[in-house]
Parts: sequence; C-alpha cells; structure tokens
Amino acid sequence: MKEIVIEVQDFQKAYGNVTAVNGISFQVHRGEIFGLLGPNGAGKTTTLECLEGLRRPGAGSLRILGVDPSRQLPRLKDLIGVQLQTSGLPPSMTVSEAVAFFAAYHQVQPRPGLLERLGLSERKAVQYRDLSTGLQRRLALALAMVHGPAVVFLDEPTAGLDVPARAELHALVKELQSSGKTIILATHDMAEAEKLSDRVAILFGGKIVASGTPRELTTSSAGLTKISVRTEGGSLLGIGPALPGATRPSVEGEYLVCFSSDPGAVVSDLLARVKRQSDPLVDLRVERPSLEERFLEITRGGAQ
Amino acid sequence: MTAFIHHFLFEFRAGLRDRNLLLMNYLFPLGFFALMGVLMTQINPGFKETMVPAMVIFAFLSSAVLGLPGPLVAAREGGIFRSYRINGVPALSILVIPAVSTTFHMVLVSAAIAICGPLLFGATMPVNALGCVLTFLAVAVACTGVGVLIGVIASDSRAIVLWSQLVFLPSMLLGGLMVPVSLLPATLGRVAWLLPSTQAMNAFNSLGLRLATGHPPMESIAILLAGGLLAFAAAIYLFKWDSRSDTHRGHPAMALLVVLPYAAGMILMAR
Repeated sequence: MKEIVIEVQDFQKAYGNVTAVNGISFQVHRGEIFGLLGPNGAGKTTTLECLEGLRRPGAGSLRILGVDPSRQLPRLKDLIGVQLQTSGLPPSMTVSEAVAFFAAYHQVQPRPGLLERLGLSERKAVQYRDLSTGLQRRLALALAMVHGPAVVFLDEPTAGLDVPARAELHALVKELQSSGKTIILATHDMAEAEKLSDRVAILFGGKIVASGTPRELTTSSAGLTKISVRTEGGSLLGIGPALPGATRPSVEGEYLVCFSSDPGAVVSDLLARVKRQSDPLVDLRVERPSLEERFLEITRGGAQ
Repeated sequence: MTAFIHHFLFEFRAGLRDRNLLLMNYLFPLGFFALMGVLMTQINPGFKETMVPAMVIFAFLSSAVLGLPGPLVAAREGGIFRSYRINGVPALSILVIPAVSTTFHMVLVSAAIAICGPLLFGATMPVNALGCVLTFLAVAVACTGVGVLIGVIASDSRAIVLWSQLVFLPSMLLGGLMVPVSLLPATLGRVAWLLPSTQAMNAFNSLGLRLATGHPPMESIAILLAGGLLAFAAAIYLFKWDSRSDTHRGHPAMALLVVLPYAAGMILMAR
C-alpha cells in the first residue's frame, strides 16, 4: 500500500452564509495524479486554497505529509509546489529573475537543467508579460518545481493553450509523476483529467458526488456504449432491429451504428454474422462513454 | 539575505522597467524640477533659496505617494501575493522592499536635483550634508510609509487616485514647496503642519540650509519618523494577501491613526 500524502477528513468551508465545501473526505497516495473535477462553484478552488495554506478550513482536518496547511505554513512551503491559474508573477520579472527569486525564498539553488527541460533556456531574459501563454504556463510549472517539492498542485494547467502546447504540458506532467511527485490536478477539461489522472473526484455543490479511476467512473455510467462496424460487402447494413441487446441501430455512410449496455455480447454477435456471410471486416469501433459524458450525467443528476 | 537581495534588485529594476514607475520616479519629478527651474526662479527669485529641498520632497511625493501604491494593489488583485505567500515571501518583505527600492531611486533623483539646481538655475546649495541626509531619511520613511499604506488599503486604482491625491494635492498647495507656510493665511498655515511635506520643508530648511524657520527641526524629524513608522505598522497589520482573504485583521479606517503624530506636530508648531 502506497504512503498517504494528502489526507482530507470531513473538510468544510463556508463564506458567510454560503457553504462552499460541505464535509468532503479523500486521500491521495504518493506518486498519484489525483484529478479534482467540478463545475464552477463546486468547491474545487476552495479545497485547493485550503490545502495550499491560502485559506483556513471551517471544520475538519487537512494534512499534507502530516503537516496542517493552516497552522504550519513555513513547513508546508517546502513540501508543495503550486502552479496557480492566475499569473502569480509581476509582469516585468524576467524568467531568470523569477527562478532566482523563488529559489532564494526557498533557500535552495535553482535546479540545474530545469529551464532547459521546460524549453525556457532561450528566454531567460524575457519578461513575463512578453511570454506566450504556453511559456507562461511552463514558467509557472518551473517555479512550482524549483525547490523539488513532494506534492505539486496544478490549477487548470492547460487553460488557454493550443493543441501542441497542451500535449507538451501533458508530457511534462507525466514526467513529473514518473519522477515520484504526487500531483493534484484541478481542471475543467475532462479529456485532460481522463488522460492524466490515476483517480478523480467529482465535486458538486460542495460535496464529492463520485470518485474512483476514470475507467471506474465511466464503466459505472448509465450511458450506452457506441458500436460502429463496417464490412467490405456491407452485409450488416440491413440488420435493422434484429440485433439482440442493441438499441437505436442506424446506418451512417458505410457503417452500421448501434448502442448497447452489453457491448461484449453485441460485438460477438456481429462478428459471428460477418463470419457466417464471409464478408470481410474492414473497421470495428467500440466507444465507451467518456468521462465528460459521465461528468455531465452526474452533475445534471446532482442539479436535479 | 540572498532572498532580500534578489527581491530588492528585482524591485529596483522594476522601478525602471515599468512605465508608470519610471514616470513617477524620474520623468515627472525631473520634468517638474526643470519647469520650476525655468519658471519659478523667474517669477519668484526667492524660490531659488528653497528650490533643492522643495524639489526633493516633490520627487518623494511623486514616487512614493503617487507611484508606490499602484504595483502593490495590482499585485494583490492579480494573485501575485498569493504566489508569494505559497513560496514563503513574508508580508514584511512585500511592503518594505519596494519602499527601500523607491528610496534608492530617490537618492539618484535627489543627487540630480542637488547637482543641477545650483548649476542650471542658481539654486542655493545645501550647506549641511549630515542634516540633509538625516532629513532625507526621515522624509523617505514618512512618504514611503504613506505610499505603502495606501497600497494596502486601496481596493482598486480609483481608490489609489483618491487616497494619493488626498495627500499629494494639499502637500503641493500648502506644504511649503511653492510658497512658504509663513505666507499662508493663519488657519491654513496651522492646518499645513498636518502634512508631511510641511514638516519635511521645515527640517530641510533648518538642518540642510541653516535657514531660520522659527520651528525646531528635530521635532519635525521625530514627527516624520513617527508618522512613517506608524504607517508601516498599520500597513503590516492591515495587509491582505488577496482581495478575498479571510485573515485580514482590521478596518481600513485604522489607517487614519497615521495622522496622530502630525496632529501632535500641529499643536507643537503652534506654540
């Protein structure tokens, strides 16, 4: 069993009469990427801010490697690195000044090769305001890593990035994980959460309404799996309703498309038919519901 | 110490890189100095006698009272202080280092004024270097204290303008920079002692230029230091890491306590 790095127990936080987080509990293990998902106002930011020591919890207990973020901030700063969603840097600070500045406050030497690895070595003298959004995100990640923390918080790490920049940042996050870091990922991007996270928790109305691995969450969905199949001779196109276990069969171009809650049985049936009719299979696609669909299902259900 | 040096060097460079700070630290005070040198010395030749201290104090009002609060408010509202907090930057450094950096910019500007004033406009050269340095430090503490406090209590750029002008405009009009306080109507003359610039001019004229002001300079120095230190104490007490902070401790009206040493000064100077 892996060591528990983050432990949240019955955590509550209210702002005046508004309850932002209402008694949530979860644990994060060493080396894990834990996705914190939820719509706006779900309580993710409040949870992150309390874990980062920026706010005091109303009730309950939060611990990062045994440290209470609200009471032991000086110890916490050496354990965590935070890539904030907002800039977090003065506009006229250069890349090299930022690294030296944060390293000095952490009382460490800037880690050699850090800027090179993040593709910032050519831009050491560039001011923060002159960096592209992608490079600003990379710099934020570099600063979160400058002191070698055990836990890294990533708040919407790829917001506003183009596709190549996103892919590069995803690769960096995976690389961080492989170096043993524990990562908390807060994001609106379900594809990102599904791709990167080992486990996720979906927050809604201040409560955790679902948690588990992305696969566990999607397989527990009430949504149906989409099956698309194409054969050389098109022998399946006329099956229509005569396909046990499948619903809504239709023809889309050269594909027979249907939906099923038992995709294994339907696919076996289809393959048997193709074999019987000696019609070679060209393409077969089985698409389970995405985390995004599951998320919408949960949050819509929660809202109702 | 390494962290202090990195932080100070960045703040000092930011004072040159940031257009607003460059304007308030250098262009506005030196431009005004040139304008006054050309105009005021023609209109009122007596101005030459107090030109150097008046322009140094004006430079402090520009850089510390008008320039210093903006970056503090922008950093708080932009989430920069949150990032600083997570990375262990203390509130004291956030407030004191920009003040020290501003003071260093003012050393350069004051040197330019002290050298160019006598050379270009026939201004009187200060005769007591130690008195000038002592007064300069007291003015630095008083003005940067006010600037930092405004940066802490102002919620946005409009509030900065309001609070800064509340100090800047009366200081310009009543603080003895353009017209000696002794020439003001009696009531205004008494009210003028509530302003840091009036106390600063009294100390500069008496200690730096050895002019007979009729008011004890060391009292002015003490009032400036007390006002400045009280302003820093209030700023540290009222400091918020961000606008939604749940750890702030007092009402911004506490900032008005800073007036107390100057009110005491008004009473003392009326003797």
